[in-house]
Amino acid sequence: MAKHHIEATVNGDAVEFLCETEDTLLDVLRDTLNLTGSKEGCASGDCGACSVMLDGRLVCSCLVLGCEVAGRKVETIEGMAKGESLHPLQQQFLKSAALQCGICTPGVLVASKALLERSPDPTETEVRYWLAGNLCRCTGYDKIVSAVMEAAATMRKG
Amino acid sequence: MRYEAPDSLEGAVALLAGARGEARVLAGGTDLLVQMRADVLDPELIVDIKKIKETRAVTEEKGGWRIGAAVTGAELKEHARLKKVWPGVVEAANLIGSTQVQGRATLGGNLCNGSPAADSVPALIAAGAVATLIGPKGKRDLPVEDVMLGPRKLALGKGEIVASFLLPPRAARSSDAYLRFIPRTEMDIAVVGAGVSLTVDGAGLITAARVSLGAVAARVLLVAEAAQAIVGSRLDAPAQERLEAAARAACRPIDDKRGTVEFRIQVAGVLARRAALIALDRARSNN
Repeated sequence: MAKHHIEATVNGDAVEFLCETEDTLLDVLRDTLNLTGSKEGCASGDCGACSVMLDGRLVCSCLVLGCEVAGRKVETIEGMAKGESLHPLQQQFLKSAALQCGICTPGVLVASKALLERSPDPTETEVRYWLAGNLCRCTGYDKIVSAVMEAAATMRKG
Repeated sequence: MRYEAPDSLEGAVALLAGARGEARVLAGGTDLLVQMRADVLDPELIVDIKKIKETRAVTEEKGGWRIGAAVTGAELKEHARLKKVWPGVVEAANLIGSTQVQGRATLGGNLCNGSPAADSVPALIAAGAVATLIGPKGKRDLPVEDVMLGPRKLALGKGEIVASFLLPPRAARSSDAYLRFIPRTEMDIAVVGAGVSLTVDGAGLITAARVSLGAVAARVLLVAEAAQAIVGSRLDAPAQERLEAAARAACRPIDDKRGTVEFRIQVAGVLARRAALIALDRARSNN
């Protein structure tokens, strides 16, 4: 059967791509659009390494079909920095060394940005629950959580 | 594998009824895509129902609430009025998976995945929710407790889908609650789940109740004896004991790595009691 021809918006740019029904959004992002920042950890929605925003909603791109995003807006880690200027969360993660191997980091950043957009002054508990679906196997959660709290404080100061 | 995203219920039914091989409904995809990936499922046709407006709406109807089958957990959580009337249903839906999963997972999917451990199902059953089904023979309503027959087995005919759920009108001083046991604080499958919905009168006596237990039998149970055990009481200590005993007596769980038979039966009583106490507390403050 013919591939699906999909038009969508990714990080503000109009894109079109061809995909099979079974191709996930993560497959499309990585293998077709060459946006390899989103990672495949578990491919079953448990690890959050593939986190992206779909029409403003945080989702695992491994649990979305490529053909589902026709006409919709996708935002990935690649759209987080504005040119050379890193997002405050990215800056804080570097400053606080809130990463070790880095595989979980794009998903953690996308998820954290989504949290701070709806809750600019979260409690530590709120951060930990919100990020419960982002697994870090280097066990660096404390640094991740404190970096998110620090970045939130920086962003509140504007 | 074909993908279709019709914009009407009739369109979805026609596609599913006309499928040559296995056909699956796609709502949030949080179970379907995982099962496809694990080669448990290899459907010939996927029908995405999210473009059908009836499946995506939360509306007031006849004094109750109608929730589309493809409304996500995140959307339910953000619906302040629904959450006030049915806090147990909303909290149950919000126990499914992570923030990311909440952005996709739906009540229709949780029910139709056919797991006895589905978190939202005991809450819906306790709430007295009715599923509205659409199929080749038309529309029919089925209480949620009658939709699932056993693990992965549903009372749906070929081409028939769950379009929405209707939560009934709520009397004053009514509320609900859902609790589950998992060995950690987040992101796990219920070892036992308990949903309780009840109404109290002005004197604080329980006048109506429904109790539902998940993950303790081949399907989610509506336990009438557990409800009878507390109706007419103030949920004092003897009534709590009767509730626990009735809940435990209804359990027919499996033994597996997540919990033994004995443990599940014990915990079912505890959770039914605690959920009833939370529902009672909420009902008393809902004048």
